[in-house]
Amino acid sequence: MAFSAFDVIGPNMIGPSSSHTAGAVRIGLMARALVGNQIAEAEIIFHGSFAATGKGHATDRGIVAGLLGFATDDERLKDSIEIATQQGMKLSFSSADLGDQFHPNTARIYIRNPGKPELRTTVSSIGGGMIRVVGIDRFPTDFSGELDTLVLWHYDSAGFLSKVTTLLACVEANIAEIHTARRTRGNDALSIIEVDAPLPDDVISVMHRIKNIDRVIQLPRLA
Amino acid sequence: MSQEKIPSYDYDTAVELLALCKQTGLDIAGIALARECAERACPATTPLEKMLEHYRVMRASIRKGLEIQNLSPSKLSGGDAAKLYAYAQTAAPLLGADFARTIAYGFAVLEVNAQFGRIVATPTAGSAGIVPACLAILEETRGISEERCARALFTAAGIGIIIGKNACFSGAQGGCQAEVGSASCIAAAAITEACGGTPEQACNAGAFALMNTLGLVCDPIGGYVEVPCVSRNGMFAVHSFLAATMALAGARCVVPLDDVIIAMRDIGRRMPRSLKETALAGLAQTPSGLQFPPQGFDAKQQ
Repeated sequence: MAFSAFDVIGPNMIGPSSSHTAGAVRIGLMARALVGNQIAEAEIIFHGSFAATGKGHATDRGIVAGLLGFATDDERLKDSIEIATQQGMKLSFSSADLGDQFHPNTARIYIRNPGKPELRTTVSSIGGGMIRVVGIDRFPTDFSGELDTLVLWHYDSAGFLSKVTTLLACVEANIAEIHTARRTRGNDALSIIEVDAPLPDDVISVMHRIKNIDRVIQLPRLA
Repeated sequence: MSQEKIPSYDYDTAVELLALCKQTGLDIAGIALARECAERACPATTPLEKMLEHYRVMRASIRKGLEIQNLSPSKLSGGDAAKLYAYAQTAAPLLGADFARTIAYGFAVLEVNAQFGRIVATPTAGSAGIVPACLAILEETRGISEERCARALFTAAGIGIIIGKNACFSGAQGGCQAEVGSASCIAAAAITEACGGTPEQACNAGAFALMNTLGLVCDPIGGYVEVPCVSRNGMFAVHSFLAATMALAGARCVVPLDDVIIAMRDIGRRMPRSLKETALAGLAQTPSGLQFPPQGFDAKQQ
C-alpha cells in the first residue's frame, strides 16, 4: 500500500531533516541489512542536494547511525562517526553526480567485508523520512522497505521463481510484490519479493538449497 | 472465488476520500484509521496507540523547545521560542495570548530539531512544528483530550496521503510549499475536523491553507533547517488556524483540494533547482546568508 498514515505522521526522529537525516538513517539501516548486519568498510557517495547541503544536515552521521543499527530517534546519531570509528569501521565520504534520473536526495553506498562479495546499493530519500531502494549491485530496483522484503541473488534459469514461490505458498506467505531482473541470459539475476510477514529462519535456510541460488537476505521492516 | 475479498479504504484523491466518507458514514480520521487496520490486519487500538505515542513526543518537543536558551551548533537559531512564550504571558499581547503561544510552539519544535533533539516528522522535520503547535493549542484552549488530538493526527495523515500520492513532501523536489505547505494543509484539516467540521470542510481548510503557500521556495541559509524554517513554522501554524476558520465559516472554496495539490506539484516541477534545498540562491546567497556557507561533501576523486 502506498503511503501509510505513519509515513505522513512520523517517523519519530532526531533532527534536523527528515529527508537528509532520518531518511539517511534508514538508508544506512537498509545497507546494513543487505549485508547481514556486518560492515568492515563503507564508502558513501552523495548525490544532488545530499552532496550540496548534506554535511550541515548531518546526512553523513545519519547514514553511519543506520550502518551501526541505530533507530531514527537514537540520540547517539550526533556521535555516530566517532562510535563507528572506535568500533573499527572504515568510512569514506565523497560526492558525485549520479545522473538526472536519480532523486536529488540519493546516496550510493559500497560495503566491503573481507572474503565476501562487495555490495553496492543506491537509495533515495524521497521526503518525510521515506526511502526507495533504487539499485542493488548493478540491478535497478524499486522498493520501500516498509514490508518484509526478500532479496535473492541467483542465476537466470527456467523455473527458478516457481520453486521460490512454491516454498512461500507452502508456508502460507502472501506475496505483495515481486520483481526479477537479469544481467544477460543465464547470468546473474536479482529478485525482490515483498511479503506480508517475516519468514522464519528455517524457511530462509531451505530457500538457500534451491538450485541456482547464490544468497538470500531477508530485510526486516523499517521501523 | 472462495476467499472473501478484504474491503479497501484506499483512495488517491480528495474526491475519492469524500465519497468513502459518505458511503461509510466515517469522518476522514475514521477512514484513515480503517485503511491502516485493513492493511495491517490489526484492531483500531494498535495504530491509535502508536499515534498517541507520536503525539506525546510532539508535546515533549514543544516543552523542551520552550526551555532552550542556547544557540544551535550553526548559531542560526535558539532562544526565540522562550521569548515568544514569555511575550504571550505579558499583559496585552497582540491578538491575545493564544496567538503568541501558537507561534511559540511552532518555533519550539524547530529549535529542538536544529539541536539534534527528538521530534516527529509531520510530514517532514523542516515542517515538524506546525501540526503539533495547532493540536497542542486546541488541547489547551478547547479542552480537546489527548486521545482526540491523536485521532486528529489521522485526519492530518488522511489528507497527507493524497498529497504524498499526487505530489511530494520533499523540499529538494518541490520546494518549501511541499513541506510547510503540506504541513499547513494537513494541520488545517485536522483542526477543522477536531472542531466538529465536516469532511468537506476539512478538505476546504486544506485547500485554503495549501493554496496560500504555493510558490514557497526552499532557500534556507547555509542549507540548515533554521532560517527561515524556525519562524516559518511559527507563522504557518497560525496560517493553519486561518484556513480552518475560513472553512468552518463556510467561505467559498473555488479551487478544490485535488486541484490545489496538482498546482503545487506543477509549481514544484517548474521551480529551479537553485531554490530547492541546495543553498544556491535566495536567502542563502544574500550577504547575511553567505556568512553561513553551506556544508556539503567534496567530489569523489577519480
